[in-house]
Amino acid sequence: MPETSRRGLLFGTAAISAGAFLTACTSNEPDKKEPAANTQPAAADDKPGAPVTIGFAGPQADHGWLNAINENAKSRAAKYSEVTLDITEGSNDTAAQIGQVETLINKKVDVLVILPADGKALTQVGLKAMRAGIPVINLDRIFADPQAYRCWVGGDNYGMGVSAGNYIGEKLKDKPNAKVIELAGIDNLELTQQRTQGFDDALKNFPNIKKVARQAADFTVESGQAKMAQLLQAQPSFDALWNHDDDQGVGALRAIQQAGRDGFLMVGGAGAKAAMDAIKADNSVLKATVLYPPTMAASAIDLARALGQAKGVSGLAELEIPASLTCYSAVVDKENVDQYLPTGFS
Amino acid sequence: MKQPASEAQHGGPDAAATSEPPTPATTASSTSAARSTEEKGGWRALGLRLDVRNLSLLGVLAALIIVGGITKPDQFLDTNNLQLVLTQASVIGVVTVGMTFVITSGGIDLSVGAIVALASVWATTLATQEYGFAGILFTAVVVGLGCGLVNGLLIAYGGMVPFIATLAMLASARGLALQLTDGKTQIVTVNSVLDLGIPDSYILGIPPLVLVFAAVTVIGWLVLNRTTFGRRTVAVGGNAEAARLAGIDVRRQRLYLYLLSGLCCGIAAFLLIILAGSGQNTNGNLYELDAIAAAIIGGTLLSGGRGTIVGSVLGVLVFTTITNIFALNNLQSDVQQIAKGAIIVAAVLVQRRTLRNGEA
Repeated sequence: MPETSRRGLLFGTAAISAGAFLTACTSNEPDKKEPAANTQPAAADDKPGAPVTIGFAGPQADHGWLNAINENAKSRAAKYSEVTLDITEGSNDTAAQIGQVETLINKKVDVLVILPADGKALTQVGLKAMRAGIPVINLDRIFADPQAYRCWVGGDNYGMGVSAGNYIGEKLKDKPNAKVIELAGIDNLELTQQRTQGFDDALKNFPNIKKVARQAADFTVESGQAKMAQLLQAQPSFDALWNHDDDQGVGALRAIQQAGRDGFLMVGGAGAKAAMDAIKADNSVLKATVLYPPTMAASAIDLARALGQAKGVSGLAELEIPASLTCYSAVVDKENVDQYLPTGFS
Repeated sequence: MKQPASEAQHGGPDAAATSEPPTPATTASSTSAARSTEEKGGWRALGLRLDVRNLSLLGVLAALIIVGGITKPDQFLDTNNLQLVLTQASVIGVVTVGMTFVITSGGIDLSVGAIVALASVWATTLATQEYGFAGILFTAVVVGLGCGLVNGLLIAYGGMVPFIATLAMLASARGLALQLTDGKTQIVTVNSVLDLGIPDSYILGIPPLVLVFAAVTVIGWLVLNRTTFGRRTVAVGGNAEAARLAGIDVRRQRLYLYLLSGLCCGIAAFLLIILAGSGQNTNGNLYELDAIAAAIIGGTLLSGGRGTIVGSVLGVLVFTTITNIFALNNLQSDVQQIAKGAIIVAAVLVQRRTLRNGEA
């Protein structure tokens, strides 16, 4: 072995201190505080009923909205003392998720809540659960066969577009020749096409408004910045912008700031906390966001609990829970932001 | 860390003598002598070839500028747009410079996008942000270097195929990035970092990001074309065994090259943080493919032994300009993707033609 050189020693020390520094820098905990998932009071029949075990299988929580789905499900289940939540590790791999659902079936949980990574691909395992006598609540991404679920609860992508279009339309209805642009999400997803369709259909109600440009980003901050920068360069002036997704909206807002542009109205989508904070602060072009509420996961737990206890939904006359439930895409703006802020996800 | 450093002084002869079973000294020296004369003759031809390649790519770029100028004269031929295109090219451009070195040496780095993602989220955690500008820059660069070091060690000393080693890094770096963020977008609140992305910080109308990109390009060009390190890179890519016999420590050279690629990824991550004002585990999506495509249409040989920084940068500019022209004309992403594929094929075909004519 050669003797330790001074250079080696210096590099060694530097490497170790860099390592120590980096390890210290992995933390993302602000100050301990409650997850802002669901703070609304539980439904009317709060009293503990018969014990219910709910199995929950979702995709990998690799972005804010999916993460919020998991947190909503967990915090809602924790509200009920008689509910046990058996939550699997999320997976985007169809085979892995099928395996997880089968494990839950074998464990004989009372009710299953499934948010499939791919709705069509998980239809068979949904059918299998139903045949095994375990009712399935299908969350958001719908199975190909209605027999594969007892109840579907999810968001309304077309409705999101409609809400955004009508909100922008109302704001611009007195402005002749108003110009609107759209920053869409991942173009090869059906949901993006549905959102755009809803937006276009709603804008037809306002003959004075014309959509002059549309570009698709891919739900990431980076793509939002890149596509928005190009849109701003392409359109020297316009009156309103609808951005499909608040995550990519962070990048879009950055591009708007970098280009030093304002004088238009921006509406977001999905309902991230950062977007709601900006709407509340009212110091940027972002004035509203259209919800795709992650609270649907909490509602799915409520429905699963009612199903497990053979009850209906309180407030409705039906003895059974509904077969499908489409969540409304409300528009959150300065007026009602305080009410929705607890549901915002980061 | 220590061992390779001590080898630096007497690495060449040592490695040749110990690691390979008896090669007669005479054969070895005569092969290397033959190799070096061949190289000398080859260098001039190589220089000519690179020029022809760059020329054809410049032609593609000029054609694109004409198309942009005709279809959207007001928006395309505009200083703001030039700044925009160059800024958008900076992040992927820096990655591509590193990639060019790796490909020139006959390797490949599939993990660049994932390293950019990991470096950008590690550098934007709340804990890192407390250390301000320096903390963010330092973390981004060191994480990039660290990943590059692991890649390099696995490939050079672990005997792993670059494709597999960097594929493994791709998977684990993305996984770690997801774990650090929990899938959340980490917004940067350090103003000294954010300010570098807005027009007030432009120096003589040039965005700081573009200056960094330019500096990396110039340094990359100098290192590849004017230093022993660059020649060694080309030699390793051309024929690793011959390079080893000629006294080059091939393994150490490979280690350095993946470190270099990691460093470029770290710098790119810092640029991306400035640009997007945030860190996200989805950052750097498919950078590996964009960087490889840019290097290849630029004229760098995928099999190694020939590389051109100027070509790679032109390749990046071609892609960024296409995206820009399509967005300005409000064409949708389906058309953009089709055109991108077609242009890759066209650029390579044009290159082959000009190359053949140039040689004839």
